[in-house]
Amino acid sequence: MSHPRSTRRQKSRRVSKALVVPTALALTGLLLTACGAKDDADSDVAAASCVDTSGPTIKVGSLHSLSGTMAISEVTVANSTKLAVDEINAAGGVLGKQIELVLEDGASDPKTFAEKAEKLISSDCVAAVFGGWTSSSRKAMLPKFESLNSLLYYPVQYEGLEASKNIFYTGATTNQQIVPALDYLKEKGVKSLYLVGSDYVFPQTANREIKAYAEANGIEIKGEDYTPLGSTDFSTIVNKVRTADADAVFNTLNGDSNVAFFREYTNAGLKAADMPVVSVSIAEEEVAGIGAQNIAGQLTAWNYYQTVDTPENKAFVDAYKAAFGADKPTSDPMEAAYVSVYLWKATVEKADSFAVADIQAAADGVSFDAPEGKVTIDGSNHHITKTARIGEIRPDGLIYTVWESDGPIDPDPYLETYSWADGL
Amino acid sequence: MDVIVGQLFTGLSLGSILLLAALGLSLTFGQMGVINMAHGEFIMAGCYTTYVVQQVISSAGVSLFVSLAVGFLVGGALGAALEMGLIRWMYDRPLDTLLVTFGVGLVLQQLARDIFGAPAKNVLVPDFLGGGVEILGAVVPKTRIFILVLAVVAVTALAAVLKATPLGRRIRAVVQNRGLAETSGVSSRFTDISTFFIGSGLAGVAGVALTLIGSTSPTIGQSYLIDAFLVVVIGGLGQIKGTVIAAFALGLLNSFIEYSTTASIAKVIVFVIIVIVLQVRPQGLFTVRTRSLA
Repeated sequence: MSHPRSTRRQKSRRVSKALVVPTALALTGLLLTACGAKDDADSDVAAASCVDTSGPTIKVGSLHSLSGTMAISEVTVANSTKLAVDEINAAGGVLGKQIELVLEDGASDPKTFAEKAEKLISSDCVAAVFGGWTSSSRKAMLPKFESLNSLLYYPVQYEGLEASKNIFYTGATTNQQIVPALDYLKEKGVKSLYLVGSDYVFPQTANREIKAYAEANGIEIKGEDYTPLGSTDFSTIVNKVRTADADAVFNTLNGDSNVAFFREYTNAGLKAADMPVVSVSIAEEEVAGIGAQNIAGQLTAWNYYQTVDTPENKAFVDAYKAAFGADKPTSDPMEAAYVSVYLWKATVEKADSFAVADIQAAADGVSFDAPEGKVTIDGSNHHITKTARIGEIRPDGLIYTVWESDGPIDPDPYLETYSWADGL
Repeated sequence: MDVIVGQLFTGLSLGSILLLAALGLSLTFGQMGVINMAHGEFIMAGCYTTYVVQQVISSAGVSLFVSLAVGFLVGGALGAALEMGLIRWMYDRPLDTLLVTFGVGLVLQQLARDIFGAPAKNVLVPDFLGGGVEILGAVVPKTRIFILVLAVVAVTALAAVLKATPLGRRIRAVVQNRGLAETSGVSSRFTDISTFFIGSGLAGVAGVALTLIGSTSPTIGQSYLIDAFLVVVIGGLGQIKGTVIAAFALGLLNSFIEYSTTASIAKVIVFVIIVIVLQVRPQGLFTVRTRSLA
């Protein structure tokens, strides 16, 4: 017979086992639905801005994922924002005020991005926010910036088809990145494509545009696959790609998934020479994580590489390495984040005001000699002119330009100047 | 034909990955009933162990095998520390354990981020595991064959330890009837710690293996945690046999559904099937029938 105490213990252990399974499943559900968005009923709180311009400093916000699956990419962008702020402060600030950077973590979760954006605007009272990477995070923040009437500088290439007066898009829109990449592939004789992407806003929309382009240009789409964000098993997709035997793969995967994808691709014996992969979300920092040996020879489409040969870029690369380590590469979104702060400064100085309405009014035509070359804000759609560059990843982990557009391309977020894009 | 062979192997490979990730959990969760949400971070610790070992031993081949051993010890040490420091006070409070270990997981993740940085680290794959082997027209990456073999070895070793060693007998005795085992002179404290050491050590080994195919980043463990719990729940608590069958069943199911649909749809269908299975067999595929009431 058991001791009475053990009986009690056994009883409670039985209860605990009964709880174990439902609890584990409940928590599983909790983790999986972490992105279920909730929109508060937006009351008319907007109107009055609480930005304080009386003191010797002016606050701006930085809102990137410092944790979660997107941290691999976004931490470097936050660093780059900080570098620009430090440089501007050292040179005397903006309109005589030192910039005070308020740092927030979006935690790779769109809902957190929206909450933190509201906090930065309403309780920290920042004059502008520099942040976001995934389109889901931008889409989640957009209503906050519009209803609270503040400004977001978004530094990453995206799928286009958007223009908010409260957002400045300093990364490429489709016609400055994806369309030139498709033109390049077509020129190289590519007749069929396989599309692989993460299952969210950017890849889905980008692929819709790619399919419209392909149809108009006689390129066959051999397959189209999406995986959940953060997915790490690509053997089935690589099998599908191998069997489909397309001329090239167009890759819109984001974050850590790229590491697993390229390892699988290389291990399955697929080579850049036979079936090149063109990526639009892999920059120098990601190449280091994937391992240059797994991705050498593959192509990328961006507007900036660390190897771009301009005096502005040399200064930028040197300053970044001095601040964050000699082994740290610089990448396109990092450059765009750096340029964002300078464009904000130039616009504020032109407007002679930190007010949102004044900045919006003054923005058109503001330009900056960026590391990627001269960029100019287009006031009608809040995008900037950018030079398109196709790059090849080399074994040293850096990306070298193999083709570039003749000068900066004007932004056309709705692809109005392209006849094949009519139905989008 | 080559498609079916390819997918068959993909399924087995996915199954072996799930199995490696879930094997340790089948001990700590399945046998001991502890919901350890930090299990994924023990896997991550295994990944970073491989990276660190590779910095010391430059030969990728040698370092891989050294890492397997070191990874087991690192995972095990973390697990034993967690058991001795926190979990031992909460054996009768599963909800508290769940929250506390979830917190520990987040702390470990941030620790990894602070030490190694947020971007993924590049772990080199040994030359002899580079490329693939052609089997009946399908190309199978050697890294995946290695993981499959490793999973089989790990299961066999664990089964042998549980069945044939004094430690294994003690673990089984404590699981089946803690009170009786204690009165018979088995130290349940020591047994609990050793069970946790082995279970967490296996998570470390899984982490070492996963560097061959995935990224070594602070959040890597999270992506395997949910799947690992599912495997153990489907397999039935307290049975390694159940874990093995559930892992391969889920792997094969997933790979074939994914081939004919998409990755996202496959996940949905697999979850629906799991819900149905648990409706029919709430205890999982296999249940332990013992005299203990636990």
